[in-house]
Amino acid sequence: MNPLAALGGLGRAVLSLLATFGKVGIFAADAISHIFRPPFYPREFFVALMNVGWLSLPVVGLTAIFTGGALALQIYAGGARFNAEAVVPQIVAIGMVRELGPVLVGLMIAARVTSSIAAEIATMKVTEQIDALVTLSTHPMKYLTVPRVLAALITVPMLVGIGDIIGIAGGYVVATENLGFNAATYLQNTVNFLETKDIVSSLVKGAAFGLIAAIMGCYYGMNSGRGAQGVGRATKSSVESAAIMILAANFILTGVFFSV
Amino acid sequence: MIRMENVHKAFGDNQVLQGMSLEIPKGTSMVIIGGSGTGKSVALKCILGLIKPDSGMIYVDGKDATKGDRDAFLARFGMLFQGAALFDSLPVWQNVSFRLLRGPLKRPAEYAREIAIEKLRRVGLKSDVADRFPSELSGGMQKRVGLARAIAAEPEIIFFDEPTTGLDPIMSGVINDLIREIVTEMGATAMTITHDMSSVRAIADNVAMLHGGVIQWTGPVGQMDASGDPYVEQFISGSAEGPIEAVR
Repeated sequence: MNPLAALGGLGRAVLSLLATFGKVGIFAADAISHIFRPPFYPREFFVALMNVGWLSLPVVGLTAIFTGGALALQIYAGGARFNAEAVVPQIVAIGMVRELGPVLVGLMIAARVTSSIAAEIATMKVTEQIDALVTLSTHPMKYLTVPRVLAALITVPMLVGIGDIIGIAGGYVVATENLGFNAATYLQNTVNFLETKDIVSSLVKGAAFGLIAAIMGCYYGMNSGRGAQGVGRATKSSVESAAIMILAANFILTGVFFSV
Repeated sequence: MIRMENVHKAFGDNQVLQGMSLEIPKGTSMVIIGGSGTGKSVALKCILGLIKPDSGMIYVDGKDATKGDRDAFLARFGMLFQGAALFDSLPVWQNVSFRLLRGPLKRPAEYAREIAIEKLRRVGLKSDVADRFPSELSGGMQKRVGLARAIAAEPEIIFFDEPTTGLDPIMSGVINDLIREIVTEMGATAMTITHDMSSVRAIADNVAMLHGGVIQWTGPVGQMDASGDPYVEQFISGSAEGPIEAVR
């Protein structure tokens, strides 16, 4: 293969990636600016709150409880290698609150909510429902994007908080029922070990991941191609991008909160 | 009155509109005919501002359609989309009275529902349809709901995009008659795009033939059969022989 052609291909790919970043950034700024400008659509916001928040609770709860339980088992088994079994409550708490809670909830929201938003809006686009909204004097950004973004911004931190608690509860059940930990001591160690910064970082990550998940779903839905293939591609790209951006944002936010 | 002057629009290398000019006098019904992919829908969407023309001017009642208050501009229009474009997540009555439930025209929900049921009756649907969802309706019923939505706010200008596509001949006849009745009754300016010659004869006061990105012929519907224009004659006869290539 001609090295110049390969270099050209690489250049085009990088430019395309940068262009997409720019478009997503402009879209996100536009969406956020519309949050503060009327008209507002409270009914659509309430529906989005239910879809993003309430209906995500089962999947978030199940993910968190199994992860917390598995984490307790892993730490106990790993800690036994250097007589550190007693740190299970502390590591479960810090692991769930700082990392696993926000990241797993973020990824589950990307899978459940981003895909659903992208597929719904993309289908509306290919069936001319977005054009119909415009002809009915309704701004698609205000009617479709703002309620979803706002709902995700509010509910995902709550889901992360709930996920953190359920995850710690999962570790507690495994530790007290299977590993012989004293229930009161376990809870005491958990509460004493966590700092305010741990909880704040968890909730801030939740808000950032919620914003990313909703923006990516709306962006790819609004920019979908034609037909069933267009809807499929928009859905796939939205979940991939949201998941990668959530993991990247997690790295950056962890650095911001905990860099030494 | 709607006036398009020398409107151009291209998508990449595909030059769709290449200087389209057309006038639709106030209170008349104009039907644009032409083969698939000739830019009929693009022309309609350019007037509404859903697509921005590359060049050319569009005037509505003498005012530049791209300038001024966009909401006020769009409030003058009603549109029936090809696939009806009903909102899946809303029941039929909320689709019909969409404009009356939000924004500057917002009215109490009971009033908006009454209006929706009245408009549904106007298009021949019973009130029990009001609480169904679009996915529970047949194609013909969806078109009628789309028509009810287009006329709900009593617009001055109504656009119909392929109103009979995908419908059987009887349902097509029903929709054509409804469109004609409603346009006459409301005194609205109407613009319809279609391939269906029975629709043209039922709906049109005037006809325009779009081909090659420009209007090839325009005139009253009564003169269409004797237009002498080879494009119009080929389109009416449905012949593969003529200036319009069968393979495009």
